[in-house]
Formats: sequence, structure tokens, C-alpha cells
Amino acid sequence: MTEAESRDDVVHRAIDAVWRMESPRLIAGLTRLTRDVGLAEDLAQDALEAALRQWPDQGIPDVPGAWLMATARHRAIDALRRHATLQRKAHELARELEQQQLTPPDLDTDIDNAAIGDDLLRLVFICCHPVLSVEARVALTLRLLGGLRTDEIARAFLVPEATIGQRIVRAKRTLSEAGVPFEVPQGADFRTRLASVLQVIYLVFNEGYSATAGDDWIRPALGEDALRLGRVLAGLVPEEPEVHGLVALMELQASRMRARTDASGTPIPILEQERGRWDQLLINRGLAALEQAESGPGPRGPYALQAAIAACHARARTAEATDWARIVAIYDALAELTPSPIVELNRAVAVGMAYGPAAGIELVEGIADQPALAAYHLLPAVRGDFLMKLERFDEAAAELARAAAMTRNVPERNLLLDRAAAATRRARETTGAG
Amino acid sequence: MKYFMKTEADPSAAVTPPSPELMVEMGKFIEESFRNGSLIATGALDPRTTRIRSEGGKFTITDGPYTEAKEAVVGWAIIEAASKDEAIELSKRFWGLVGDGQGTIQRVYDPGEVPQG
Repeated sequence: MTEAESRDDVVHRAIDAVWRMESPRLIAGLTRLTRDVGLAEDLAQDALEAALRQWPDQGIPDVPGAWLMATARHRAIDALRRHATLQRKAHELARELEQQQLTPPDLDTDIDNAAIGDDLLRLVFICCHPVLSVEARVALTLRLLGGLRTDEIARAFLVPEATIGQRIVRAKRTLSEAGVPFEVPQGADFRTRLASVLQVIYLVFNEGYSATAGDDWIRPALGEDALRLGRVLAGLVPEEPEVHGLVALMELQASRMRARTDASGTPIPILEQERGRWDQLLINRGLAALEQAESGPGPRGPYALQAAIAACHARARTAEATDWARIVAIYDALAELTPSPIVELNRAVAVGMAYGPAAGIELVEGIADQPALAAYHLLPAVRGDFLMKLERFDEAAAELARAAAMTRNVPERNLLLDRAAAATRRARETTGAG
Repeated sequence: MKYFMKTEADPSAAVTPPSPELMVEMGKFIEESFRNGSLIATGALDPRTTRIRSEGGKFTITDGPYTEAKEAVVGWAIIEAASKDEAIELSKRFWGLVGDGQGTIQRVYDPGEVPQG
């Protein structure tokens, strides 16, 4: 490697870092100027390309964000002038921009300005607009708010780059055709739209969280991207308890990241995890966010409730110290708020821990014929666990084997097969002894 | 990834207290950084150190040595960044507010994290 090449590498990595940090603000500001998120992104990309051409020779500017913004603004004026329709509006915008150009843009003051925060929030709501499919919302959010490149998103979601590219192009076209305004929804609409934003962030988080140790680094990094987005959103709408609830949930789940699989990637159940490996910083952040979520008036939302359950685990110094009765009470509230067979199944597990396997299995039997659980491997897995504790080893082995056959996750399947084998052994011992 | 950043005391420079404007700007920067998760902890170090040494079950405690020059308090921060490059960019923002000076940036490993290259 020549010296010149390595210097270029250094600059390119610096540009990558600047881009990930600055592009959401840049695109948000440009969307305000152009009222077109697609055009704003193209302009931001142009500015990025200019940086890639010029910075290796001229060095990285002292305030790179301001440089990118100034460059993109120049291009915005050109683009609006060139615009095929050349409506008067475009002219007006171009003139307005030109006047702004006379005073040198100062991103430092812009950053402090609440306006940038408002623009970012508007961009968040555009990216998660219900006119888009959930997949499109996720892709657009990662691209415009997470600063990820199309190939990075594709790698993270294990799909071809062209698929993500098309998804983003189509999403931008859909937004443009629907004339989605650059605004924060008001009134009753706000909560529904916010729920869609939270859903997208949590989807991204789970995609990263479910990645295993051997995966490409970019998949686990999605969890960090989601956490960042969540924290930024919490700063933008601090009065919304569910945003803090989601942040709390993500921080607390992320705190167990290092402890939840062994070296071979096999998942370790929460009660068997080495708690010394839990990240105390993330736990403290999670508990602080949960406190904020619970400090407001009104009942807790689904994210805050799930975070409260995660907090019960986080607070327990040992698995035996877990406050299962409290967890059951929170699941009761969650089941009332968002009734679902999955919540019921988790509640059954908690009831089993708090009040014994007989009480738990009774609840499992009550939901066993729910169609939503027909293909869900954790139903037989949970039932197998309870049967094992009740020393009904033959039945336990059958259930665990059934669960193993239902999951496609290889480490998890192996774990279930091991447990099925253990149950079979116990069954033989019992018959042998009897 | 976590990084430890430290300013370096410059004994030759006059010790001037930060201006009220800088205090306000820095306060905003710190608040914003805590909120978006990039700042984990920050503070200042007294330049006077106490040394402890353990040898064969015996401890030796020494204060100092102190230099005669007025040493400035050293600032430090532990930050969270996606990469070293991002840590450098965050550090530039700090120095952009402070002005002239120098410091160090070091990767911090979490318990169980394996140091690489």
C-alpha cells in the first residue's frame, strides 16, 4: 500500500464518520428548503460526492457539516433553476436560497437552533409515513436518519442491494406522489403516527439484536443505530412517555447483549446468563429512561410495560432474586392493553416461575389451540419446560422435540434437542428405577 | 465502542478560567451529548496524583511528585462512538469550542471485550 493510498483511506473513513453524524441534519435542512425529500437526499448525496473528490486533496474542513450544507445549497439553487417545470415557485425558492447564501451558513448556530430539531422530527415522521410499507419505512429511516448506505442496509437485512435500492427509490416516489407534507402531525394523528415511528425503530433494533455472534458486524450494529435514533427522538419529543419507554426497553435489552449467547452463538436463557456480563451503564440508562416514562400522568404504554419487565430482570442480582410476582402483575397490564397469545404465553412463563409449574401449564393449555401459536416453537418449548419441572419426562421430551422441529434457528434447535435428550434420559431413569 | 479522552495540561500556558460564553456553549454541548448517548461521563482531574504500589502484601503510598509550575486541571470524558473516526469527529467538536490545546483519545474495552490489534 502506498502512502497516498493510505492517506486516502484515512480521509474516506473520516468522511464516512462525518456522513453518518451529519447527514440526517443535512437532509432534514435540505427537505425544508426544497420541500422534497427525494431531491433533498439527491442533493446531500451530490455534496457527499463533492467531499469525496475534494477532501482528500484539500483536507477535511474544520466544520464538515457546514461545508456539506453550503455545497448542497449551491446545488439546490442550480437544481431548482434547471427544474423542468420551472414554476414560479421554484424561482422564488431559488431566490430565497440565494439570499440565504449571502450570509455564510453557520451550522454551529444552526445546530443549536431548535429549527434543526424540528426539521429532524419532520423527517422522522416522513420516513415512517403510513403511505409507505413497513419495509420501505425501515429502509428509508436507516438511509436518511441512520446515515447508512444502500449496500449496508442490504447487508444488514440479508437482501440484495438492488432490492433495497428499488425500495428506497419507490418510497421517495410514493412520498412525492402522495404530496406528503414536511410537517409534524398534529392532534389525534400525532399519537398514531408516533406509534409507527416507534415500531420502525424497534424493528430495526430487533433485527440487530437477533443477529448472532458470527454475523456480519453490520447486523449487530443495527441495534446501536436504533438506540441512537431512539435517544435522538426522546430528545425531540421529551414529553412523550412511550418514547422513553422504548428507549428504556432497548437499553435494557442491549445491556444483556454480551451475555445472551455463548462463544458458539448458542442462546443462553436469561436465567442462566452470567449477570456480571450485563452492561451496567446500559442498565442505568434504561432504568433512568423507564423512570421518565413512568413519571408522566396516565397509564403506561406497551413499550414502558415491556421495559418494566426487563427492569425486573436487570434489578435482580441473581436469577433467584427475580421478582416474578411483579412481572406477572406487569404482564397482566400488558395483556389487557395489547391482548395477544404471545403475551399470554410469556405471562404463563412468569406465572409458572411465581406460583409453580402447575399454575403455569394450566395457562399454557388455555391458549394452546390459538391459531396464532400453531407454528410458534416457543409454545411446545414452554410446555416442555413445565412438563419437565412436573417430572412428566416422556411428555416433556415429545414437546421439546416438537419445538426443535419447528424452529429454523440452528443454535436454538440444537439447544432444544439437547433438552429433549435430557428429558428422554430422565424418563428412562425413572422407568428403570420404578 | 467506548473511548477515553483527556486534555493535556500545558504548564507553559497561562491558566485562564473559561469565559462565561464558553461555559454556556460547553454546557449545551455536554447536555446534548449526554442526551444522544454519545457522552457517558465527563469531569476534571486534579493534577496532583497519589501513587499506590502493592508489593509482597505491603503498600507504598506516595503523593506527587508535584511540579512547581501551576498545572492546569485536566479535562476528561468517556464517550460512545461507532468508530475511532467518529470519536475523532466528536473530539473535534469539543476542541472547536475550546480552541487551542491538545489531548489524547484511547479506546476503552468493556469487561470481556477482547483487545484487537
